[in-house]
Amino acid sequence: MERNLHRQLANMKKSLFDQGYLDEQFIQLEELQDAANPNFVEEVVTMYYRDSARLIQNIDHALEKNPLDFAKLDNYMHQFKGSSCSIGAKKLKNECTQFKEYCETGNGEGCKRTFQQVKKEYAALKKKLEHYFQFARQVGPVEKACRPK
Amino acid sequence: MVVEEIRGKSGGENGNYDNFPVGMRVLAVDDDPTCLRLLETLLRKCQYHVTVKSQAREALQILRENKDRFDLVISDVHMPDMDGFKLLELVGLEMDLPVIMLSANSDPKLVMKGVTHGACDYLVKPIRIEELRNIWQHVIRRKKFDSGKQNKCTDQINNCQASGQGQMSLMTGNVDQNGKFNRKRKDDDDESEDNGDENEDPATQKKPRVVWSIELHRKFVAAVNQLGIEKAVPKRILDMMNVEGLTRENVASHLQKYRLYLKRISSVATQQANMAAALGIKDSPFVRMSSLDRLGDFRNLAGSGRFANTALSPYSANGMLGRLNSPGGVNLHNLTSSALIQPNHAQNLSNSMSNAGKFHPVITPGSQNGSLFQGSLEMDQLQKNKCTTEITNFNSMDDSRMFTAASAFTNTGEAIGSSSNYLNGDPNNLMMLHGNSQQALSGGFGNQSSLNMASFNAESLNGGVGQSSNFLDHGKFNETWQTIQLPKVQSNTLFSAEHLQDQLPLNTVRDNNSSNSPHLQNNPLDISSTTMASRPLEDSRGEIQFQEGLVGQNSDTIFGSFDFNIPANGNLPPSSKSLDQSTGIFNRKMEMVVNSRLPGGASTLMQRNEIEQSNTDSRRSNENFLLEQAKLQGGFVSQSYGSLDDLVNAVVKRV
Repeated sequence: MERNLHRQLANMKKSLFDQGYLDEQFIQLEELQDAANPNFVEEVVTMYYRDSARLIQNIDHALEKNPLDFAKLDNYMHQFKGSSCSIGAKKLKNECTQFKEYCETGNGEGCKRTFQQVKKEYAALKKKLEHYFQFARQVGPVEKACRPK
Repeated sequence: MVVEEIRGKSGGENGNYDNFPVGMRVLAVDDDPTCLRLLETLLRKCQYHVTVKSQAREALQILRENKDRFDLVISDVHMPDMDGFKLLELVGLEMDLPVIMLSANSDPKLVMKGVTHGACDYLVKPIRIEELRNIWQHVIRRKKFDSGKQNKCTDQINNCQASGQGQMSLMTGNVDQNGKFNRKRKDDDDESEDNGDENEDPATQKKPRVVWSIELHRKFVAAVNQLGIEKAVPKRILDMMNVEGLTRENVASHLQKYRLYLKRISSVATQQANMAAALGIKDSPFVRMSSLDRLGDFRNLAGSGRFANTALSPYSANGMLGRLNSPGGVNLHNLTSSALIQPNHAQNLSNSMSNAGKFHPVITPGSQNGSLFQGSLEMDQLQKNKCTTEITNFNSMDDSRMFTAASAFTNTGEAIGSSSNYLNGDPNNLMMLHGNSQQALSGGFGNQSSLNMASFNAESLNGGVGQSSNFLDHGKFNETWQTIQLPKVQSNTLFSAEHLQDQLPLNTVRDNNSSNSPHLQNNPLDISSTTMASRPLEDSRGEIQFQEGLVGQNSDTIFGSFDFNIPANGNLPPSSKSLDQSTGIFNRKMEMVVNSRLPGGASTLMQRNEIEQSNTDSRRSNENFLLEQAKLQGGFVSQSYGSLDDLVNAVVKRV
């Protein structure tokens, strides 16, 4: 039974990777989890979501202004991107890069569009991770992280 | 003291770090809590001892409290309260610790900026643990180079973990260039100690450094001047200096740095001039001339023995250096036309205006030997000329202000060379202030680095000079300001006052002392306050001397004395002078001045130049002058002028 749960958890994780939600960095996080930091991954991810919510809001507000302040937008997005890639949010990171490119070229429409994508990905990942962690808690202490095949 | 510190440190380190790099003490700075947490955990995983701070200012504070508390600093580039590069400079300047930059942005331009500001490495987020496992090499490398160029610390290498062996080869690099001169050369220091240091067993980990105190540097500059910059060879300089315990190698190394400094100054001046021309007058924000670059360059010079090519190359230095030793205030005209250097980096203005006349830019060896400048220029100046910047023309103030151009240079530890022209007692000493990149533009530009241009018209320095010299030292660098001594400047100098980044423009500088404080306050740094007080020449002199003293005390503080280049004509009327002056004067705070190792853990040398200067510009004719200059220059500091009175540089000395 337990093995099933573990296996399920592993599958969940694998699918997250396969679908491109997460990348290597997430593995790093898991590798850092140990006896001293038993819930490290969850902690960091929670911190990330809490902190980035603020950034998302800032960007939203900035996108409502007219004319758009691209420098500021780029600034916010830079921070957001930094955090996102720290937790290994792959898709999100790519969207952020796209957003930054639009900022550089001054493409307001592009920015807005991309940001919608960003928010979508952000929400989707959040849900998936929540689910994942919930399950992981049920399963018990996670074994050493292993790279998905 | 320096020696003890070094010894103590090395001893401590040896003691603590038997298993080096295990236990290496790292300070991690990042405003993003997620990244910070991650970084902390990664570092702990590498078995380092980690302290985290989410605010750059807090980080600086903790570093200043105890310089020996950390071995390495890792900082994010993008932070809300302070630019990472600025922090980088400051740490390098004040504390001489290796700094690694972190960023999510891998843009090569930023990486280059990191390099020029003196970062020893640049990591891109997300960071992997493998990258962190090797960062200890930067600590060792620095130590080794610091221990003195004369001795290679092979022993240190042995101490390193086996895995690091391969990296030790890095140390074979230009030790000479990197080596700091840690030699205490205080008057009261006994020579034997120095000699003793020199004779230390090569096997000791840390070699005493030769510290180029102000006096020592002054002697050096005097010797160089006498011989002529082209003819100055180490052996002859050494003979002329007649200092016990100083070796030809020490002098050679110092000379090399000095030369670079001169080059840089001249290029800076050019750049500044260009910039000034480009910018509008009034608002010309201080263009941040790559002051940071300079610092970085300088630092690089010192540290790695590489000279900042980046900084120097783009500039076309107009014969500023050529003017060295030229008597009588060379007008800044020359400078302005030629010397404005294209700002390398938009951000920093660092450029010191090169003098119209001659100045000896003292090249402060990267980082550590700031004392050179200080001592030499300023002291000379003071002594010789009673000058101090005082813009007599200025409306109300007759007193000369002493600018202490304390340039808090960032890490780069650039030393601002002060023009040693004064040494020659030339009445037209030009003071050059090298702007520190650190200085924020007075215009309130968000830029971190501001150009400190001090242009001052030293009005009647020494009573002899009738000119009003405005010495504005803007450099408001948050951190440290150097006091610049204004030699008698004949013409007004323009300065662009630097503003502390978060500081309000100093327009209020006028009053003595008052101006400084506000600025200082902004800086959380405890840099010993920069109190700019405008004082009469006499005072300034005293101050300068004080500063000298300070410098002397901080054995390894490098003081960048700024010499202001004051155009020969001290006329206030802007017309004539403006050009001459200041455009090139920058406070190079950065340079050097403060040696990261300030003794007593004080960031002492960092004197902050209050931007007050900018305030000063308002008044005086100098201002006009400045404005004009600014026009010429591209808008230097017009703001910075502020009252010359305000120029007062507070020499902050942390004891």
